[in-house]
Amino acid sequence: MTTPLRIGFIPLCDAAALIVAVDKGFVRDEGLDVTLVREVSWSNVRDKLNIGLFDAAHLLAPVAIASSLGLGHVKVPITAAFNLGLNGNAITVTPALHAAIMEEIQGDRLDPMATAQALARVVERRRKTGAEPLTFGMTFPFSTHNYQLRFWMAAGGVDPDEDVRMVVLPPPYMVESIKNGHVDAFCVGAPWNSIAVDLGIGHILHFVSDILVRAVEKVLAVRQNWAEKNPDVLAALVRAHIRAADFIEQPENRTEAAEILAQQDRIGVAAEVIQRTLDGRLKISPDGTFRESSRYLLVGREGADRPDPAQAAWLYAQMVRWGQTPMSADALKTAMAVFRPDLYDAVAGRAGEPVEAPDPIGAFAGPAFNPADIAGHLAAFRIGRQSD
Amino acid sequence: MSAEASPKIVIVDESPIRAAILEEGLREAGYTGVVHISEMQSLLARIYALDPDIILIDLENPSRDVLEQMFQVSRAVRRPIAMFVDQSDAASIQASVDAGVSAYIVDGLKKERIKPILDLCVSRFNAFAKLQDELDRTKSALEERKVIDRAKGILMKLKGLTEDEAYVLLRSTAMREKKKIGEIAQSILTASEILK
Repeated sequence: MTTPLRIGFIPLCDAAALIVAVDKGFVRDEGLDVTLVREVSWSNVRDKLNIGLFDAAHLLAPVAIASSLGLGHVKVPITAAFNLGLNGNAITVTPALHAAIMEEIQGDRLDPMATAQALARVVERRRKTGAEPLTFGMTFPFSTHNYQLRFWMAAGGVDPDEDVRMVVLPPPYMVESIKNGHVDAFCVGAPWNSIAVDLGIGHILHFVSDILVRAVEKVLAVRQNWAEKNPDVLAALVRAHIRAADFIEQPENRTEAAEILAQQDRIGVAAEVIQRTLDGRLKISPDGTFRESSRYLLVGREGADRPDPAQAAWLYAQMVRWGQTPMSADALKTAMAVFRPDLYDAVAGRAGEPVEAPDPIGAFAGPAFNPADIAGHLAAFRIGRQSD
Repeated sequence: MSAEASPKIVIVDESPIRAAILEEGLREAGYTGVVHISEMQSLLARIYALDPDIILIDLENPSRDVLEQMFQVSRAVRRPIAMFVDQSDAASIQASVDAGVSAYIVDGLKKERIKPILDLCVSRFNAFAKLQDELDRTKSALEERKVIDRAKGILMKLKGLTEDEAYVLLRSTAMREKKKIGEIAQSILTASEILK
């Protein structure tokens, strides 16, 4: 007897554990018959999960939290018992903006503080000459991309709501938009940064791991009431995902994993481009410069697949910082309760590895993040839209 | 329509036929201010310029996420917009998602004014899907006919069969192999291409 499940996803490399769990037959071994449904927008994924057309979904972690809090949409409590990974996004800029930042930069070009301060000088110079504000593309109002871009530029003195334009762009439109000048930069997941670089129309300025050492990205989301009614199915699903994450993290499996992800009805881009992401070795400039990082996308290693409530707290703090919701202790508690390491540990049969204390986030600016002191976190930054 | 002015409606849809079907339906129902946007570049700017009361968008459109930005307060966004989600009416949400359409409204517009518009959208979207489905089926049936005819021709020539005999051979092979006649015919065409 197999349990049929419909799971929605967006064609991005960070759906790796989900796609591999299904296409390698790991879910079938758990007695699950999963149909993967490729979607075109996060709004669709969220809505179809909310109304029960999907049993589970590859979902932006901030959307899981926003949905549980009823921000921007109907309130549907979500449970995340598996983290689809850490990091994996990058900031790509046009050749023109790249040149402008490099002209202004003082210090190491991989140092996000140096680039953010250079950006501030570029913004100031544009203002003086009466040029249009720079436009930054990101994927969703409640997205890590939005918060990562904001965190970075604000640290250098750029107000994301006043000094530049932040616009939502669906990932498949990012490359086209940078090409025709609708945006000057974007923050998006793989493979879109690499595609812009390969086309010669973008430079990868930063991996998000430059900005935050550990940044939760997508979660395997289910409705909380579904999780309560189907604990065994959820456990089976998480078990298959842990196996998939372990599989992907074995270097000798990377080529096979990339080929699985590359299939037309999955991500649908060349396997070689996907493998660059999994290997963390990316071409960052049209001139062929490569950059390697062991922190580019973490699928299962360093405890990346175990949900960490401190990460949920950081995302909630960004929602407060940028005026998406007022601060409330109850809401913080709700946000943190979306992430369920206890469910993960019960399946994994082990207590999770402790996250490198004392800072679960490792941001390049500001004090170490403490989930018990969101007010302190917010007070540390000058720029913000916090409402009382 | 009541004495209240007809709300301004924007349809965001890359399919010109579906948009036309919907637009016609809305006009017939007395909604006069209907504008169709098919170009996704600078979508938000165009919507703000039109300043609609209601926005309808198909769910196959990635630009739905762009519209989510309208809920946010920022420099780019001035007028608050809400999604049409009536928590008390799950059936209507389900129907609209099933049909593949979603509606956004400006804050303050009364629910009873939205409902008939959304219902109309759902029925028009479903009608379009049915049309599309019939069209696809007719097309593939026609294609299959052509393939079968060509395969029959090859069998008649190579094996000296009559047209009826060639068809019987195709059919019996299909039954034995548990495949469709069209698939067997296609493999004959492929084989004859390779063996040319």
